[in-house]
Amino acid sequence: MTGSTAIRVENLSKTFDTAAVLHDFTLDVRAGELLALLGPSGSGKTTLLRIIAGLDFPDAGRIVFGAEDATKLPVQQRAVGFVFQHYALFKHMSVADNIAYGLNARKRSERPAKAEITRRVGDLLDLIKLSGFADRYPSQLSGGQRQRIALARALAVEPRVLLLDEPFGALDAQVRKDLRRWLREIHDRTGQTTIFVTHDQDEALELSDRVAVLDKGRLEQVGTPDEVQEAPVSATVLKFLGDTIEVEAIAQAGEVRVDGQLTPVVAPAGLVGPVKLYARPWQLQFAEADRAHLHGTVRSSYRTQGRQRIEVDRPGGKTVVVEASDTARLAAGLPVGLRIVGGHVFPN
Amino acid sequence: MAQSLRPRRRFRQPSVIPGFGLTLGYTLTCLGVIVLLPLAALVTRASGLGLSGIWDVATDPRVASALRVSFGVSLLAALTASVFGFLIAWVLTRYTFPGRKIVDAVVDLPFALPTAVAGIALASLYAPNGLVGAQLAKFGIEAAYTPVGIYIAMVFIGLPFAVRTVQPLIVEIDREIEEASATLGATRLHTLVRVVLPPLIPAVLTGFALAFARGVGEYGSIIFIAGNLPYVSEIAPLLIVIKLSEFDYGGACAIATIMLGISFVTLLAINLIQAWSRRRFGYV
Amino acid sequence: MSKAIPHGDIGRPASVVTEGSRVRWLLIGTAIAFLALFLVLPLVTVFVQAFAKGWEAYLAAFTEQDAHAAIRLTLIVAAIAVPFNVVFGIMASWAIAKFEFAGKNLLVTLIDLPFSVSPVVSGLIYVLVFGAQGLIGPWLIEHDIQIIFAVPGIVLATIFVTFPFVARQLIPLMQEQGTAEEEAALTLGASGWHAFRTVTLPNIRWGLLYSVLLCNARAMGEFGAVSVVSGHIRGLTNTLPLHVEILYNEYNFVASFAVASLLAGLALVTLAVKSGLEWRYSADIAAGARGH
Repeated sequence: MTGSTAIRVENLSKTFDTAAVLHDFTLDVRAGELLALLGPSGSGKTTLLRIIAGLDFPDAGRIVFGAEDATKLPVQQRAVGFVFQHYALFKHMSVADNIAYGLNARKRSERPAKAEITRRVGDLLDLIKLSGFADRYPSQLSGGQRQRIALARALAVEPRVLLLDEPFGALDAQVRKDLRRWLREIHDRTGQTTIFVTHDQDEALELSDRVAVLDKGRLEQVGTPDEVQEAPVSATVLKFLGDTIEVEAIAQAGEVRVDGQLTPVVAPAGLVGPVKLYARPWQLQFAEADRAHLHGTVRSSYRTQGRQRIEVDRPGGKTVVVEASDTARLAAGLPVGLRIVGGHVFPN
Repeated sequence: MAQSLRPRRRFRQPSVIPGFGLTLGYTLTCLGVIVLLPLAALVTRASGLGLSGIWDVATDPRVASALRVSFGVSLLAALTASVFGFLIAWVLTRYTFPGRKIVDAVVDLPFALPTAVAGIALASLYAPNGLVGAQLAKFGIEAAYTPVGIYIAMVFIGLPFAVRTVQPLIVEIDREIEEASATLGATRLHTLVRVVLPPLIPAVLTGFALAFARGVGEYGSIIFIAGNLPYVSEIAPLLIVIKLSEFDYGGACAIATIMLGISFVTLLAINLIQAWSRRRFGYV
Repeated sequence: MSKAIPHGDIGRPASVVTEGSRVRWLLIGTAIAFLALFLVLPLVTVFVQAFAKGWEAYLAAFTEQDAHAAIRLTLIVAAIAVPFNVVFGIMASWAIAKFEFAGKNLLVTLIDLPFSVSPVVSGLIYVLVFGAQGLIGPWLIEHDIQIIFAVPGIVLATIFVTFPFVARQLIPLMQEQGTAEEEAALTLGASGWHAFRTVTLPNIRWGLLYSVLLCNARAMGEFGAVSVVSGHIRGLTNTLPLHVEILYNEYNFVASFAVASLLAGLALVTLAVKSGLEWRYSADIAAGARGH
């Protein structure tokens, strides 16, 4: 379903006032894919999205749509569908007028006939499951409904690419989950090239075909959700994708040792000497003291969604969180040993 | 559980804050003595005339002409003030340029400058030998001592109302709305006309109504420039003063009542516009 | 199909939510020209005319007894009307903003009423109450109390036209601030008066100052209402604006504009302080700043 390059972002740089937001940024977006731009706030992801849309302009670099250089193409001619975080619906227009807006804004010669517009609006209302809402006003709709209207409005102009800025940011948890699944469905049905910005790892990993992880205006890694999770290219990516435990380790000849004990973690070729080992909470297991890599005492434990999370105080004041299947609750103050069963190492 | 469960409608919601009786009592007393009682005197006097009495005064040719001048010219002036007021409000909120804050402050000049001062200044500027009057005379336009002069004074006095009612709403426009319109392919002009302007219309109408009401009642800034020729450039407030000086209290009251009536209708219109706008857009 | 669009100045990208720079400058130019012609030019004229015959002629206008009397009366009127409206405004806004009661909207509308009454009508209604033919006129004459064509009438008319200024500024301001802080003060043992002085007043002080400024400008500059009730008795019931009118009608233009320049100066100071307050304390006065 995904294939040739639909949009190419080439050596893009952007500075606001004095702060650089994007540095020499390059990224290919494939036709038909659902791509997530994931990064902490201030990573430049929204600026990138706005530059692709033509709402902001880069200081250097190019935006190529298919074979066409779109860098200087005005936003009106880019044919992008942009869904704003706060929807930006037109309050004084009915739902139908909102959706039809892009079509009505066309020059008379390019504008579809009235009946055709009405039909398209009807189809889109069906697609977003809001048939019968055509004559409502935005103020009469819930947040989730407004978000869907905003999407339909963007789709109505048959955009080359759909751009969504934190599409679920303003919604509460349950609506968010439903809309995520629904967006995926819509994407699978329309095959529309889609880029969405999020700071929520779960959202990016669950929803997208590929994830581009941004940090401080640079592209850290781009790949499928599995790729970025299994083979993160940097500690930044790894840390951003979930909770991690950081442990001092020594790498030598591909082996990684913690506290003199060999771990199952493999060091990449060439990485030798003191390194940092990063493990997920579930990559630690309780173990007998002589097999353990780490030692400490239980500080507290709590249960969440069938798993148990145990905070363990290590000597030197560091606390690590271990995730274990639901076992008996461990008493605070109990000395425990922890064994590392997986993880990644990166240079110090 | 002796209390009835049915919520009792009461005059005031309970509150721990003290001073309700004192402050409300004082407020009502002042309002009554300063505002309501004197206005009631006018209403009493006017009702003594009866509707036919008021009608007789209103249809007196000189009075009718003065009312026509006051309302007609004020309508035109409010229209002008609304158009340029919108433009000024837009420029002040959306563009940056050197001296913007000074220009913003200047808009309030008619609020601060005593009307008599504005009046003699406008009169001397627009007199046939005045700075602007002489220029206008070249084009055959007589400003002073004609309705044109009245119009100029009314624009002066109404402008800040037109600017200050739309300005806060232009500030509040969500830029994303305009960006959304642009991404959907709309030209800038289309965006302005279809997306930006419609929600501002209630505010523009409110500003128009305020400028209009102010223009109709205005006295000090007009009488110097107007020349006050009966049937030509005599305004209704001046006629009240004239009637008073002739001790024709009935006539003065009748004109005042008509003007008051129009003020109330305007005030009502403003409230209706704002109620409608709240319903439709969720804000004023 | 790709049309190049201007990128704007270096470092200032062209925004899609504004007009082209040529349109922008055209609109800015139109706005400034309009304001210059309609607002600034009359102001400048006042000073130009006042100094048309030099400093001496200018100063001569203020050596007259009548001018002194007018200045004195204007100050007296403002010194009564402004404090009156400050007390009223604070009382009214406390009652309206801090409590919920039936008929509140009507009360607010009634307080606003003087704004929509023509100044001339404002004067007229006092003549109808206190004048010789007025409601209590005969009684006043009997007791030898003069209100109309005397200072009390001028004060009353001035209070009427400036009646809403303070209240209308403070009501939205106090409403925005709610009652939580006062309630907190009361739970901490403060008396109502103490809570007002230490909690409410500091919160509204800039808004209050702002409204006092505007109220004062209007009180000193009111013409129509005062003109109707004053009787234009030179040296006795002439305020500065009325003095300006008399001099102007006597074709004593330099003196007229000289006195007017005093009032224009007051307006400029008012505007300057007002703008200064707005720039510095915009948040503290914003709630009440919509319209006047």
